[in-house]
Amino acid sequence: MPVLSSRRRASSSVSVEASFAFAIMMTLIPDKTSEVFKTSEVCQGIARKETTMKHYKLLPLACSFLLLTTTAQAEKIMVAAAADLKFAMDEIVASFNQTHSHGEVQVVYGSSGKFHTQIQQGGPYDLYFSADIDYPRELAKLGLAGSEVTPYAVGRIVLWSNSLDATKLTLESLADPKITRIAMANPKHAPYGKRAEEALRATGLWEKVEEKLVFGENIAQTAQFVQTGNAQVGIVALSLALNPQISKDGGYCLIPDKFHKPLEQGYVITRLGAEKPLAKSFAGYMQSASARTIMVRYGFVLPNETTEK
Amino acid sequence: MWLNGSDLQAIWLTIRLASIVTLILLLIGTPIAWWLARTRSRCQGVIGAVVALPLVLPPSVLGFYLLLAMGPQGPVGQLTRTLGLGALPFTFWGLVLASVFYSLPFMVQPLQNAFEAIGDRPLEVAATLGASPLDAFFSVAVPLARPGFLTASILTFAHTVGEFGVVLMIGGNIPGITRVASVQIYDHVEAMEYTSAHRLSAIMLIFSFLVLLALYAKRPGGRRD
Repeated sequence: MPVLSSRRRASSSVSVEASFAFAIMMTLIPDKTSEVFKTSEVCQGIARKETTMKHYKLLPLACSFLLLTTTAQAEKIMVAAAADLKFAMDEIVASFNQTHSHGEVQVVYGSSGKFHTQIQQGGPYDLYFSADIDYPRELAKLGLAGSEVTPYAVGRIVLWSNSLDATKLTLESLADPKITRIAMANPKHAPYGKRAEEALRATGLWEKVEEKLVFGENIAQTAQFVQTGNAQVGIVALSLALNPQISKDGGYCLIPDKFHKPLEQGYVITRLGAEKPLAKSFAGYMQSASARTIMVRYGFVLPNETTEK
Repeated sequence: MWLNGSDLQAIWLTIRLASIVTLILLLIGTPIAWWLARTRSRCQGVIGAVVALPLVLPPSVLGFYLLLAMGPQGPVGQLTRTLGLGALPFTFWGLVLASVFYSLPFMVQPLQNAFEAIGDRPLEVAATLGASPLDAFFSVAVPLARPGFLTASILTFAHTVGEFGVVLMIGGNIPGITRVASVQIYDHVEAMEYTSAHRLSAIMLIFSFLVLLALYAKRPGGRRD
């Protein structure tokens, strides 16, 4: 086995993985790109090149890169936020950073379900804003929460298009044969997708439009399918449709919330963030008047029971 | 049943996609590889680099450009529309097109190496015996390059099976049409159905290992320079 033999030879001085990765890099970079792909010879090529000394000269450089990335750890928190929060959260973080210059809040946007899984597996997030409050509640049950689960908003779904006048659309118009592609978030794991499916089923449209449905990985990708013109209509979050950049190209119409369960959204400080003051102060900031104004501007309905402390 | 219906559907779709892509690439890749192996043209470097691009390009770059290009405003989208084929994103044939780009180097480079290894002599001999270039290609080059064809086909098939990023970006996750095995696994994980994810992942792992084993086992052992 060429792979094994190359490893055995390399393990003498430097760590196996590093030298392996390095050898791959070094075989890719030089002029003979095509040689890399002598198919099954790839690994043998690695074995051969690994024994030459020149690659080790670059190791100090690589090590210094590693050091650089690990030393810069000032007060910094990582927030995992559902994709529907993209625009609202960007503004909230910007205004938070203006008043709290001593720390840095980083936000990662994605599907709530994915973050839920990642946090269970030790994901590096201090705060978790989920589009479905059930996810953080589940984390709390598993003992992975560092705070109470707090509802922060109720989301709404809309029909949105940038090629049709969506203000004149209704759910029933989705059955129109002129509409060939409808984008929605994946109902298997994305909260907005689940609610979209409920609304389509409640109106008896699911079977009629099922053939036209395409599923985005999260609500942002769903919007992107519409924005690129690949789907004429999308069922997206009101918070995304209200973004000026997106709404300039088309309109939206609200899907009546009687057709689906409420999109109750909640956040929680994770066990990782429990000890970090910045995580607590950012969570507190979500209850502030300025954060709430931003949330309302992006179409979020704020929960009735305010949990201001 | 060990796997549920949608898992089997995803596996079948993946096999179908990979087979079609391999066949198409055999047809497209062979002339490109032949040209690259034999030409003295100055364009050789440029074409070789373009063919190799998918090796280094992030799938997201390919997915993003394909999504725009195949969309209604994109050049490919407009072409397919005028041809009456409709829009390609979220369709099986859209995936085929994307995979042809994505797996191109895995077909061309092994073939090119195989053709280069033949050298000029057998073809010159064929020519002196009166064979036309086409005849020489089919009766001399192709048989001599047979191991190359085998390797290229196996690699292309396997690489298409392993495709994920591009499919996620242009597939739209439609069951039976664009939801291939890798995406199905992703969905299982997202929905926290770890048992299902484990089953499909184990199948992929074993498949990938067997493919590589087939490639490596047929080689004579030891170092070969």
